[in-house]
Amino acid sequence: MTAPAPGAGVSVDGIRISLASGEHIVDGVSLKLAPGEVLGLVGESGSGKTTTALALLGYTAPGVSVTHGTVTVADESLLELSTKQVRARRGRVVSYVPQDPATSLNPARRIGQAIEAMIETHLNRKPTRERIRAALSQVHLPESEEFARRFPHQLSGGQQQRVAIGVAVVCEPPIVVLDEPTTGLDVVTQARVIDEVQRLRRERGIGLIYVSHDLAVVSQVADRVAVMYAGRVVEQGATEVVLNRPRHPYTRGLIGAIPDPARARRLRGIPGVSVGVGDRPDGCAFAPRCRLATAACRAQLPELRAIAAGHLVRCIHAEQTREPEPELPDLRLPTSSGEPLLQVQGLCIEHGSRRRAVRVVHDVEFALHRGECLALIGESGSGKTTIARCLAGLHPAAAGTITFDGAALAARAQRRSDDARRRIQYVFQNPYDSLNPRRTVRDQIGRPAETLLGLDGRATEEKVRHLLERVRLPLGLAERFPAELSGGERQRVAIARALAAEPDLLICDEITSALDVSVQAAVLELLEELRQELGLSMLFITHDLGVVSSIADRGAVLQRGRICETGPVRQLLDSPRTEYTAQLLDAAPRLRSALLDEAPRSDAGEPAASATSRPSRVSDGTS
Amino acid sequence: MSSRLRFLRSPGGAIGAVILTFVLLVAFVGPFVAPYSPTAAVGEPLAGPSAHDLLGTDEIGRDVLSRVLHGGYSVVLLALAATVIAYASGLIVGLVAGYVRNWVDPVLMRGVDVLLAFPPLLFLLVLITATGTSVAALVIGVALVQAPGIARLVRTVTLEASVRGYVEAAVTRGEGTPAILRREILPNIAPALIADASLRYTFSVLLIAAANFLTIGLQPPTSDWGLMVSQNQQYIAINPWSVAAPIAMIALLTIGVNLIGDAIGRSLGRSTAGWAR
Repeated sequence: MTAPAPGAGVSVDGIRISLASGEHIVDGVSLKLAPGEVLGLVGESGSGKTTTALALLGYTAPGVSVTHGTVTVADESLLELSTKQVRARRGRVVSYVPQDPATSLNPARRIGQAIEAMIETHLNRKPTRERIRAALSQVHLPESEEFARRFPHQLSGGQQQRVAIGVAVVCEPPIVVLDEPTTGLDVVTQARVIDEVQRLRRERGIGLIYVSHDLAVVSQVADRVAVMYAGRVVEQGATEVVLNRPRHPYTRGLIGAIPDPARARRLRGIPGVSVGVGDRPDGCAFAPRCRLATAACRAQLPELRAIAAGHLVRCIHAEQTREPEPELPDLRLPTSSGEPLLQVQGLCIEHGSRRRAVRVVHDVEFALHRGECLALIGESGSGKTTIARCLAGLHPAAAGTITFDGAALAARAQRRSDDARRRIQYVFQNPYDSLNPRRTVRDQIGRPAETLLGLDGRATEEKVRHLLERVRLPLGLAERFPAELSGGERQRVAIARALAAEPDLLICDEITSALDVSVQAAVLELLEELRQELGLSMLFITHDLGVVSSIADRGAVLQRGRICETGPVRQLLDSPRTEYTAQLLDAAPRLRSALLDEAPRSDAGEPAASATSRPSRVSDGTS
Repeated sequence: MSSRLRFLRSPGGAIGAVILTFVLLVAFVGPFVAPYSPTAAVGEPLAGPSAHDLLGTDEIGRDVLSRVLHGGYSVVLLALAATVIAYASGLIVGLVAGYVRNWVDPVLMRGVDVLLAFPPLLFLLVLITATGTSVAALVIGVALVQAPGIARLVRTVTLEASVRGYVEAAVTRGEGTPAILRREILPNIAPALIADASLRYTFSVLLIAAANFLTIGLQPPTSDWGLMVSQNQQYIAINPWSVAAPIAMIALLTIGVNLIGDAIGRSLGRSTAGWAR
């Protein structure tokens, strides 16, 4: 087939995507992408954003089909083409960059072969080495023969994502669909990938659909944003307009949930949980979680109507949502002083066997006071999780001492006293991994109470009920298995399990990084509340400076296993003393809300980091 | 339907259950409804099927149908005993080797490798020649042939399961190794093991049948499906039923057990489906 005309657009008109059982995953979604434009598709997990994005490639998962509407890509109606014809257009007219490059790249094939395969499929000739080198250099990867011969696992997460993007654009399609391309990457890598995306668009005029749950990230790349909830678009418009004057309560909730490194504010989660495909209510699907909901909302599905030129909102109360919601006061108390609860001195940790050890943590020192929340900040690979695991007794230290409440802590959890084990609890990064899939929620929360507090059956039962209330989960959840819970619910269960031991110190290892932004806000809200009420001390491990800003009292920045800066959080974030902290801060995504006041951005080769120049203090996400 | 019986909902599980029920009925109810004694000559040798002998007779005039009805329980039960013993030992060795990552692992696994190096039938032959033919020697011999492979499989899946967050959570609250193996690891590796167990059972059935065929297992005149095949095979042209019927029963037994094993494995796997995202 002939090469597609440059500058092709996409038009989706009223598509409905249904399961074989008749339930609609996506309903009545209409989108338009002008040539060379970037459209952000935003929503929580389960909102149907990925399903919609895949429909642009004429693809639906097995058991799912497009039952209504049209998808027009580069002036062809995709749904009327044969399977073979659609296949010929994927990668050539419209490409897809999947969410997780670690699993989407075939681990058994060299990255050069991945690029080769794409070219062979669509251009029917074996590419020359120069062609592959050019494809690599296009996404700023080393163009050496050696690099093309590497396997995906020999690349960093950011490099893997570049390869995935490189494969997607090698046949020069006019349209690329990116599905959460930076989720799971740390901020610095994320900023580089976003830079890459912006460059592709700038230099080659590729039109992009950028799918993400993170409005802050989308705001940096998208010209227009469509916010999806429960399979429908609830608000759509130019990025600046949607971010600065959001009208749908859901969009406002999302924006209120985004942490900002520049400002100490308490985050506000959206109450309730996102509705699944099967249990969407009649009328407005957001009504059960909405403060403005009235009987009329539940009676009938609101129309998506224009309230200004190009600004569409699906809410009958759109006029009432003008006033910004009041800021929540920052409840953090001044840091207590005196004898520290946890003191770490000269800590060195190694990976690997005794003979071939690699030192990953060097001479780390910090102290954590009672009732304090200390953030351990760093990129992936900085050693922050290793330190946390060492404190929890899961990884031995090569040198140094850990003192907890005046007594030295044994290296291995097995060697520690029951009391020491009870007083330090660990909440793991990935709630999909840290709960035993074959045990009920009751069983998992109750176990530490039995083994560490020595409670009997009846007391444990009581404790579990109390803890579920404490982490705001319905009591009915006790009998369920983890697979029946959402990510946010799982992480609450994991927190409840840690609290069951009545700890003094809670170690939270990136506990919100696997969660949607709005769910993250709700979990952070919960932690803050627990800290106030139970007087917990917390070690909070994260790469997200926005999260640090909204929860921690003090921070310690780790760079390649060494602490390069410590201090009170506001001082750290407002006037960083080291180059590295400043770099992290520059890379942190934040809402591009200052845009309205800015002159149009020059497209000169500005690095991504400064493309999101720090917003001035006056303007913020909720104004 | 309780969650334990959920496997019956899949077509494979339902068909397997029907087949297995039929085989078990033949094996355990058969001896009570058989028309003749399995060891009595009741007609002409090697007669074809007739109203008198529905599946004909064997070379000394015994009724094939009666021998099939009497010959199932030894196959079913001996294979079951061998598989249970093999799994009990293989599971313990595999769990310990996979979870305790110190000198114990290589020591156990090299022992396993040595056992794996013997060809199964040769191993059985040597063992039974040394101890004399007996049912106990047969069962333990078959179990010993199976255990090393089971230990290897269990170790592999345990290695993977033991780096999970929920196992580490148990370590940090000071749970002992037996509790971690039983509560955290075993339930999560069970789907793979159940699918494997049905395959091991099939292999036990075939190995016992082979041993009987080589006359190192059960001895004539016992009626046993495996033994029947070996005794009647030379007369297959005269009365094919005397070989086909016991072969069909062994085949049905193995097919039924495997269908059910797969269905249970899959239904257990499904309850953890959402877990890996």
